[in-house]
Amino acid sequence: MKRKLALSDEILMQVEKPARYIGNEVNSVMKNKEDVDIRFCMCFPDIYEIGMSHLGIQILYSMFNSWDDVWCERVYSPWVDLDKIMRDKGIALFALESQEPVKNMDFLGITIQYEMCYTNILQILDLSQIPLYAKDRSENDTIVIGGGPCSYNPEPIADFFDLFYIGEGETQYRLLLDTYNENKRNGGTRREFLEKAAQIPGIYVPLFYEEEYKPDGTVKGRKKLYDKAPDTVLKEIVMDVSDTHYPLKPIVPFIQVTQDRLVLEIQRGCIRGCRFCQAGQLYRPVRERDVDVLKKYAVEMLNNTGYDEVSLSSLSSSDYSKLNELLEFLIGYCNSRYINISLPSLRIDAFSLDVMGKVQDVKKSSLTFAPEAGSQRLRDVINKGLTEEVILDGAALAFKGGWTRVKLYFMLGLPTETEEDILGIGDLSNKIAAVFFDTVPKEKRVNGKVQIVTSTSFFIPKPFTPFQWARMCTKEEFIEKAYQTKKGIMSQLNQKSIKYNWHEADVSVLEGILARGDRKLAKVILTAYKRGCLFDSWSECFHNDVWLSCFEDCGIDMDFYTTRERNEDEIFPWDFIDCGVTKEFLLKEWKKAMNGETSPNCKSQCQGCGANRFGGGVCFER
Amino acid sequence: MKIRIKFAKYGTLKFIGHLDVMRFFQKAIRRAGIDIKYSEGFSPHQIMSFAAPLGVGMESMGEYLDIEVNSITSVEDMKTALNETMVDGIDVLSVKILPDSSKNAMASVAAAAYTISYKEGNFPIDDIQQKLADFYAKESIVVTKKTKKSTMDMDLKPGIFELKMDKPLNIPSDIDSDGDKQITPVIYILVDASSSGNIKPSMVLDAFCAYCNVELEPYSCQITRLETYTRIIDAQGEEKLVPLEEAGHE
Ligand code: SF4
Repeated sequence: MKRKLALSDEILMQVEKPARYIGNEVNSVMKNKEDVDIRFCMCFPDIYEIGMSHLGIQILYSMFNSWDDVWCERVYSPWVDLDKIMRDKGIALFALESQEPVKNMDFLGITIQYEMCYTNILQILDLSQIPLYAKDRSENDTIVIGGGPCSYNPEPIADFFDLFYIGEGETQYRLLLDTYNENKRNGGTRREFLEKAAQIPGIYVPLFYEEEYKPDGTVKGRKKLYDKAPDTVLKEIVMDVSDTHYPLKPIVPFIQVTQDRLVLEIQRGCIRGCRFCQAGQLYRPVRERDVDVLKKYAVEMLNNTGYDEVSLSSLSSSDYSKLNELLEFLIGYCNSRYINISLPSLRIDAFSLDVMGKVQDVKKSSLTFAPEAGSQRLRDVINKGLTEEVILDGAALAFKGGWTRVKLYFMLGLPTETEEDILGIGDLSNKIAAVFFDTVPKEKRVNGKVQIVTSTSFFIPKPFTPFQWARMCTKEEFIEKAYQTKKGIMSQLNQKSIKYNWHEADVSVLEGILARGDRKLAKVILTAYKRGCLFDSWSECFHNDVWLSCFEDCGIDMDFYTTRERNEDEIFPWDFIDCGVTKEFLLKEWKKAMNGETSPNCKSQCQGCGANRFGGGVCFER
Repeated sequence: MKIRIKFAKYGTLKFIGHLDVMRFFQKAIRRAGIDIKYSEGFSPHQIMSFAAPLGVGMESMGEYLDIEVNSITSVEDMKTALNETMVDGIDVLSVKILPDSSKNAMASVAAAAYTISYKEGNFPIDDIQQKLADFYAKESIVVTKKTKKSTMDMDLKPGIFELKMDKPLNIPSDIDSDGDKQITPVIYILVDASSSGNIKPSMVLDAFCAYCNVELEPYSCQITRLETYTRIIDAQGEEKLVPLEEAGHE
């Protein structure tokens, strides 16, 4: 089928990586638009290389296109070079497959993976020539759907979406599209469709609610503007992950993308319950995919893509019960075919080191530990069940096995953190270096040294975590903590073996505001976008001063969202969404954290978080 | 066993750069289940070499890559298997078995033929046929070549083996483009493409435009590589240029 590209040769030759905009990749799907009832455009609001690396879109793209009446296409954020050209020339944003304007589609589904893409969402709408505010859209405008982790607190961006799909996409999309078709056939209006959609499980239509505030600015409640809209929206979840749609023919990009390999999702959810981690709560309960299904998928997908690398995807792969069997199979299958296996961060122990030794070049690869906090006390507060002993033993084993590089990840600004905890980061880094010099005799040291890279990020309290009540640090506090960390490392005996990296503080503060934000923030986001903010997650594009001026001009106090202490009984903007885990459970965990008490993981002892109501997964496996 | 694969690259694929085409073929060869040979060492890679990289924006009817395989059923099977896994804009045209002694594709390249067409129809150059002949008849065609470090004068003339106006060729396309490059005459050029003396057709075009005192808009021309040639000594002992694929057999 002949396609006409949306951009001229002249434009494509001017922009960086024209391959971002032409589609036509292996396994991308072309259909005849006359043969389908529904046209759906999936969007990841960041550049192609990042968006193409996202498994969720590949799953939905493949599922939608398996339906004869639907054609699903893709769109990503045009990079700043093309963005400017499109604005100057008034070119409408187009889908990669048909190269037709996104505004011709029935639906635009945007996956929202991180807060710092909010201005990019507006760019997508704006370049698509779709009205930014949902309330301004008329009958024929594309229906804009949001999904992904940030949709669990959709309020800061709620004004820009017609609806949000809360939870895993495999379950309700068919019903949503059927509802749309039926409404269209019956000559129903956009409003009528939204009313029906609002009654589908997992669907949230922001237009049907108004957020009401107390005089102090916190949420008082929500007023319903449509009486059949539900009070709370329960997330959607696939209980049998072995028997659900999986993209066996994922799209293979021409250009190198961030995740340039086959992704095998081995399980959903995490049993651990680290108290800072949002994903660990949102995706409960843990559901494992059958190992035989995974083996079959791996072989089929490798044949369908030609990838030379396969990677396991999961929040905590070591907890997958059949990991041993799966890896043995993969090593056997892949080695003879020159296919690499990339291992996600596994717990470092004899088993994982043995496996890593088989699939990686020990001299080139590094070990990763994520203690997250510098002291045992603080690790107990965050419920990170990783002890110093385990880390040092793992490191000793690894050094004996030939590894010489270690990466360590920590967070600064965790609740109850003291100077001692911060100094613990340098201490631990130093001890690991010492282990190297103790275990590896001089004559066996490769280049005579060990390299330890210690990185810190700043802690950002997220909705639906026990730390949703926590105060977040100011930028100044963050910078001071990073400085203390550096000083702590510099004072160590082995400081020459330790390299320290830290994250930008400005952008963390903004992320913190948006993460626990309410509807009042929509105008700030829009103002920032209008003043040129875009690609805020790219440090070279992030303009903190512009954002600061937007908060000021909109009369919004940033500290209200970050440094304010929240009461136990405060109503949060996201409380109307039910992710399965109860607020009571989170509060109990918050109190335990304050007492330095740990909680066992789902496999050793159920904590009664509430997610067992979905009727499956780890909750029923004991 | 050495195999030479000839392919065409056109339409949307002209925006895919050389390295990405290599990556594309590495995956395609795995998808097609070809029993390719891998190099030794800790990170083995497929034994594969491309003849002459094609610039982004150019189309080609005569691209080549060589691979080494452990086994093969037939060249026809391999061609079919590869074509089943290509995308629009890239076609495998032939698969040939090379004698073991043959030089690799890149080292074999001696010349390449191109057409240059004006995307919007006829070139905006009056009497182009005569002007092109006059231009080519010059004793030397000196251009200034800018590299990162210096500028250098270079005579293109010895490297231009043929230059003329020609009938258009039917280049397939997966994209529906405006203009009818299919009907209007094009510039045909045969130039040195060896590693030591490679001449880019765009350099010749620029020199010709300067000679005619015409300035073309950037990207207004489509350059298409028609064939890549190697130099052989034929039965009569004469040197001659033949397409790279002729070094191999079925
Ligand atoms: S109900 Fe128990 S087992 Fe299930 S996810 Fe919650 S804590 Fe884990």
